[in-house]
Amino acid sequence: MLLEIKNLHVEVEGKKILDGLSLTVKGGEVAAIMGPNGSGKSTLSYVVAGREDYEVTEGEILLGGENILEMDASERAAKGLFLAFQYPVEIPGVGTMTFLKSALNAQRKARGEDELQTPQLMKRVREAANKLEINQDMLKRALNVGFSGGEKKRMEILQMALLEPKLSIMDETDSGLDIDALRIVAQGVNALRSKDRGFLVITHYQRLLNYIKPDTVHVMAAGRIVKTGGPELALELEKNGYRDYVSEAA
Amino acid sequence: MTNEITQIRTPAEKALISLYASEKDRLPGSAAVKALRGEAFAEFERSGLPHRRIESWHYTDLRSQLREAAPLFEPGSSEFEDSLRHVQPGVPAGYALVLLDGIFVPELSDLDELPGSVTVRSLADVLATGDANLVDRLAPKGLGAGDPALSLNAALMQGGVVVDVAPASELDKPLIILSIMSAGAIHAAYHRSLVRVGAGAKLTLLEIVDAVEIGSNQQNGVLVLEIADDAEVEHLTRISRQGADAIIVRSLLATLGANCKYDGFALIADGGLVRRQVFLRFDGEHSTAGIRGLSLLSGKRHADTTLVVDHAVPHCTSREYFKHIIADEAVGVYQGKVVVRPHAQKTDGGMKSRALLLGDSATMFNKPELEIFADDVVCGHGATVAQLDEEQLFYLRSRGLPRAEAEQLLLEAFAAEAVEHVQNEGARERLMTYVSDWLAARK
Repeated sequence: MLLEIKNLHVEVEGKKILDGLSLTVKGGEVAAIMGPNGSGKSTLSYVVAGREDYEVTEGEILLGGENILEMDASERAAKGLFLAFQYPVEIPGVGTMTFLKSALNAQRKARGEDELQTPQLMKRVREAANKLEINQDMLKRALNVGFSGGEKKRMEILQMALLEPKLSIMDETDSGLDIDALRIVAQGVNALRSKDRGFLVITHYQRLLNYIKPDTVHVMAAGRIVKTGGPELALELEKNGYRDYVSEAA
Repeated sequence: MTNEITQIRTPAEKALISLYASEKDRLPGSAAVKALRGEAFAEFERSGLPHRRIESWHYTDLRSQLREAAPLFEPGSSEFEDSLRHVQPGVPAGYALVLLDGIFVPELSDLDELPGSVTVRSLADVLATGDANLVDRLAPKGLGAGDPALSLNAALMQGGVVVDVAPASELDKPLIILSIMSAGAIHAAYHRSLVRVGAGAKLTLLEIVDAVEIGSNQQNGVLVLEIADDAEVEHLTRISRQGADAIIVRSLLATLGANCKYDGFALIADGGLVRRQVFLRFDGEHSTAGIRGLSLLSGKRHADTTLVVDHAVPHCTSREYFKHIIADEAVGVYQGKVVVRPHAQKTDGGMKSRALLLGDSATMFNKPELEIFADDVVCGHGATVAQLDEEQLFYLRSRGLPRAEAEQLLLEAFAAEAVEHVQNEGARERLMTYVSDWLAARK
């Protein structure tokens, strides 16, 4: 199993956000999590990625069978975890290329692999950027600074493509994207799909799932998974909304 | 009736009084110069060492920090001669003028290579001849008047250089004033140099404060920079390799003619207590001054940058831009005062000081000030004190960068925003390398 979350309870400043959430993602699987605002979707993605502002009071998160709860965010990344942020962070003064090189080599170093030299890296970045229709000028700018919403999301997918994570969590990657950008982003994700990799796609809307076809759809409400089904579940939610699930969880 | 408060002299003040008494006849200078020394010392005696009740020294209480006033090293002493042999000016390519313990050492300097457009004289020689015109220029009127550290320097200055850069000339390499403290027992140096840049000349001037051995020395150095019309000067200052007990006061007294361009950058990365003060005045219209710097402070170091920029004439532009990275229990101080005189219309002034505190015990005092007496001006200032952004750190860590590396990347970016203003490419790269090494060593 790629990702196993068992009975996860998480609090922020004494307020319970995740309430016994359990979930698995297999190699080759694309699992979608859908749920209303405030159901804890973003908290889940941050907790798995290793953000410290959250207190895990109970439960386990296993990545490839290994408990990652005690690991630093950077160690989790080196183990093959990637979070595509809902709001990618602007980092003034840090060149996009410098950042990509630092990130890639930090992960390679953590795994005991040789560092990539700049020419190799440049080539890989350029290829990946072309596929995502990312302008070369963007690569020369400071990371995410002055990028449009769509550019930021494409930059997330570029990082994903370069870092080749085993498990990618995509936190509302579709928010703020127009149809063209959505298609490009989805193509980037689909290109990475393989029998070894898994994806956890968090979204409000069914729309993204037209482009990235999920194997599994989970409905999240009030901090836990309240229903699991196939792709048809997403269509049903689109039609009926979350009302049934919200009241059920409450 | 005024109330004269007689201060109790600190041991260091008493030591300075006896130091002056014993050295005054040996210090270089004609009778007229000796009289000026006497006046300056009398002024110092009246004020004493600067302390927190003097507004411009409020955050740097030299009176309580300077516990002992160290003696001067004599040229010809065994320590001095020994150090002479050890000086390896590990400085960038350029024409180096070497001051050892405040004394100009021609044999260590690149005088022979220096093109004819630059003339260099020893300050001691100039003082001995008492050339009234030059002596006057060593203390430009209205710049830093009454500052106790300047008075003390004027009384005790041992040596330095007087440099003239010919009009319309341009050196192929930077001119370097390398001020080195020799190894051995704790000692002090007082030096003053004058650099006059002729009309239309271009100059890159590096001022480097270094030491043979990292030690606890005391230095009070003054640079007088006279920039004539249409000249362009890039002036880079680096204070490094100073011990955690070293006390360093550096003053820059700069005047700009018309249509000049001055770009200064100072790196303060060392020394126990550093006070860098800049007094700059626009004397001619349509000139531009950029005064910038970066302080990297760790341990219990204290670095104070205090500026007074005097827009005495209309149509000039000044930019003050300082960054400070403060770790451990270190203390940073920035006091920037921009004065716009009543007739100095069309002044364009912009000042920024940004500090990053690493840890809860680090301190920054930020005090930008504008004194504007003209009405048709554009002036602004900003001062921030912050910590590293946790959102940015988490983003970087989530991409695989361990916290220390993520911090380094952000700190380098923060520092680079200041360093990138340095135009001399070699100097800029060395500065960034220095910053990276400093940050890496901190971990």
